[in-house]
Amino acid sequence: MSNAHAPLETLPRSLNILLGAALLALAAFPFVGTDYYLQMVTRMMILAIFAMSLDLLQGVTGLVSLGHAAYFGVAGYALAFITPPGEPIALWWAMPVAIGASALLALIIGFLVVRTHGIYFIMVTMAFAQMVFYAFFDNKALGGSDGVYINFKPESVLFDLENKTVFYFFTLALMVIVYVFLRRLLWSPFGRALSGIRVNEHRMRALGYGTFSHKLAAFTLAGALAGLAGFLWGAQSGYVNPELMGFHMSAHVIMMVILGGMGNFAGAIVGAFSFEYLLHVFKDLPEVAGFNLGKHWQLWMGLFIVALVVLAPRGILGLFATLFKRKEQGHD
Amino acid sequence: MTEAHSTHGLLLRANKITKKFGGLTAVNEVSIDLRLGEIHAVIGPNGAGKSTLTNLLTGDLPPTSGHVALNGHDITGWTPEKISRHGLGRSYQKTNIFKSFTVWDNVRLSAQSRSQPMPFNPLAWLQQAHHMSDVNQRAERAIELAGLQNRRHALAGAASHGEQRQLEIAMTLATEPQVLLLDEPLAGMGVAEAESMVQLLLRLKSSHAMMLVEHDIDAIFTLADQLTVMVNGTVIASGLPATVRSDASVQAAYLGEDH
Repeated sequence: MSNAHAPLETLPRSLNILLGAALLALAAFPFVGTDYYLQMVTRMMILAIFAMSLDLLQGVTGLVSLGHAAYFGVAGYALAFITPPGEPIALWWAMPVAIGASALLALIIGFLVVRTHGIYFIMVTMAFAQMVFYAFFDNKALGGSDGVYINFKPESVLFDLENKTVFYFFTLALMVIVYVFLRRLLWSPFGRALSGIRVNEHRMRALGYGTFSHKLAAFTLAGALAGLAGFLWGAQSGYVNPELMGFHMSAHVIMMVILGGMGNFAGAIVGAFSFEYLLHVFKDLPEVAGFNLGKHWQLWMGLFIVALVVLAPRGILGLFATLFKRKEQGHD
Repeated sequence: MTEAHSTHGLLLRANKITKKFGGLTAVNEVSIDLRLGEIHAVIGPNGAGKSTLTNLLTGDLPPTSGHVALNGHDITGWTPEKISRHGLGRSYQKTNIFKSFTVWDNVRLSAQSRSQPMPFNPLAWLQQAHHMSDVNQRAERAIELAGLQNRRHALAGAASHGEQRQLEIAMTLATEPQVLLLDEPLAGMGVAEAESMVQLLLRLKSSHAMMLVEHDIDAIFTLADQLTVMVNGTVIASGLPATVRSDASVQAAYLGEDH
């Protein structure tokens, strides 16, 4: 196909069925999985929300942000700061406050960065994220390099988030809602305009689109959704530290989106799960002839991603899409 | 020429616009009027400043000095998107389409720009673009005008050169501009394709003010009501095509090479 690198906006029917089955498996998992794996999958789903938020910029709008973790981390910190030391905070206002903090930060930084293009955009998003990182890292009042504990999970009258299974389903529901919302947005006039900006921003301006405001809205929304993920991360782990908004976190989420396949949101979910799973596998590699393979997990992860980009440029989902499409069309 | 005639149907007026790139004056005090129902052709050798002139009118480049008025508004210094929304449409010399989209999606996205909700409006994030009936109607009209209705499902990047040129025009028309700036719409077209493009421009003429940058001399004398000749960024002659054609300096500087 001539557009082998085009984002995966639509998927073959059989692949959608497979993804639906995977969703059912996720819903059934708490009934079979142990506590350890329950928490691991919860973390994967949180990262899936984070990866989807970046995909809105990276896969849909064509903006590669190398500082997306800033918005993830800030929401976690917001939860830490508003949670009183001796009692839980109400979920229904803690969540909007945390998301709002990320959205506001993204709006301010976005206002300064979305007017830049290409490599400059990558550099300035990274620079601003590093500024946010050091603002927390170097500032004892903000927890410094040690971070801040969150002693209580946010509280709701409807369900108990201290229960790990409840937290799992709460996260799963939010992941599905974010996915459905972003898929709907993709086909909205706003989403179509973002796709147009990715393909040919200059022509979009000549057609009368205010591309600056569209990119700023996308950047803010992506920051807000990253904030939702960061809020859940803080609530689940009960602890936030500057690493959450650090360079590694930003790089990892980019890798997740590339690994899964860009522009589809389901790809971001697949990517987040795959990345976390591979991380688990590579970190557990044994010591061979005095060389600790597991300690150098980043090397294996890097090699894996390089191999994937070479062999399957549209990521895992793109690979599946090609295979399934071929099958549906009878090997043409 | 009386004052009443000089502003009659006047949609775009560039008044002594100049563009300097460092020491090079690409466009030197050029004035041009575009009127409803008229095709104003601009010719000149390569490097004469025709493309720079186009980019000054669209807002892609700010003029160093001079003013541009569109429909009575001084648009000097406006962004391209704002100028577009005030009724100016342009097509490109080098095809500038969304290659990974279908022909229909190219035209539909162009038409959508005139109904685009505010990007920060969350309710509009849930609206479905392909259900916007006013957009679909506008896109349908444009795709039919350009004669591409049978190619709507084709991938734009896979369409023939002539079809991409037609698509270029369809996208511009989908924004329903009053003023059209067409940069070499006939470039690289076959005889039959060029003929149908000429017919299309003649059909569009009555409802638009058009500037046509073109190298095809035959097409220009078929189409143009006004003709401006540029050499080295400067207008050396402007007026009715027949008058300009017989101008000695034009003969010497430009037309003389071929005629």
